[in-house]
Amino acid sequence: MRYIEPHAHMVSRVTDDYTAMVTAGCRAVCEPAFWAGFDRSSAQGFHDYFCQLTDYEPRRAAQFGLPHYSWLCLNPKEAENLPLADEVLAMIPSFLDRPNVLGIGEIGLNKNSRNEVAIFERHVDLAVRHGQMILVHTPHLEDKWKGTRLIVDMLKQNRGIDPARVIIDHVEEHTVDVVLEAGFWAGITLYPQSKCTPSRAIDMVEIYGSQHIWLNCACDWGQSDPLAVPKTALEMKRRGHSESAIDRLIYGNPLQFLSQNLKFRLDEIAWEDKRDATQK
Amino acid sequence: MDRSRITDLYFAEARSKLIDLAAFLDRIERSEGVDDFRMKSLRAALQELGTPGPEKAKKILLLLSDPTEEPVSDAGSKSASGAWAGF
Repeated sequence: MRYIEPHAHMVSRVTDDYTAMVTAGCRAVCEPAFWAGFDRSSAQGFHDYFCQLTDYEPRRAAQFGLPHYSWLCLNPKEAENLPLADEVLAMIPSFLDRPNVLGIGEIGLNKNSRNEVAIFERHVDLAVRHGQMILVHTPHLEDKWKGTRLIVDMLKQNRGIDPARVIIDHVEEHTVDVVLEAGFWAGITLYPQSKCTPSRAIDMVEIYGSQHIWLNCACDWGQSDPLAVPKTALEMKRRGHSESAIDRLIYGNPLQFLSQNLKFRLDEIAWEDKRDATQK
Repeated sequence: MDRSRITDLYFAEARSKLIDLAAFLDRIERSEGVDDFRMKSLRAALQELGTPGPEKAKKILLLLSDPTEEPVSDAGSKSASGAWAGF
């Protein structure tokens, strides 16, 4: 089995998780910027975090032979602090040229507030101005349906957006069709309690097809499983899905989406680059 | 996949979750106080489960969702409860 983990918050995981993921067949991991579990007190905190995502964490992953990529933003949970958001948004462009940065993310909404909407739109404008791909977080639980519709409407209204370069993550049964029918990619997040279980994820793939869908574990400091994607692959096998269909969903699909950014490489050259980085 | 195969694969898991849910409702019955919006939503969702027809997961997720369309003025808490407080 081989797979790409397209959404994992590795800064909050132990190194044993890297070992387990690589052992299970992980070929690359992508890490969107997210909320630390507490509000950062200054833009300098974000500067240090972006350095961690673009410098330290890729070197830590490289010790396990795993290419590490990142997405940058201010999380919607911190969007109520508008002066802080201003400073962070101004800082992001200086990191976009770093070799492992794939785009802007995970931007989105949390409680669907006016400030969250405003900061989301500014992130989208920033991505369009700099030709960046976008990874979108949709709200949790009771806020997801409303937030997903708001997000899709805002993205559709922006003429600079190419839906094929945007993935809208954390879809469930009531939002997956909203995302796919608008032409965006859809991410299904596998969590032990909230979001989606492996069996429900496979249901959605069976109903809507696997085109433009990826699976991710979104493991972080909460209840989550860094091996959720390969475990879901085993569940697909149990249901009778073919090896090629499984490979397409957990490896081919994220590869297709992420390769739109030419920085995303899984070849030997990429591995050599990472190994060089560890020796600096 | 035929129905017997799906039943073979998932019946034990579904049975376990069903009994867990029943035990949770028993726990609620033994407790003092009244239902809040979360329990009212859950009881409505249980009614939906008993209604014949497709897309039960989608219907229940929508039943537990905020149906409004306009952004709120203030985010308030960062966390979600799992049911819409206006239910």
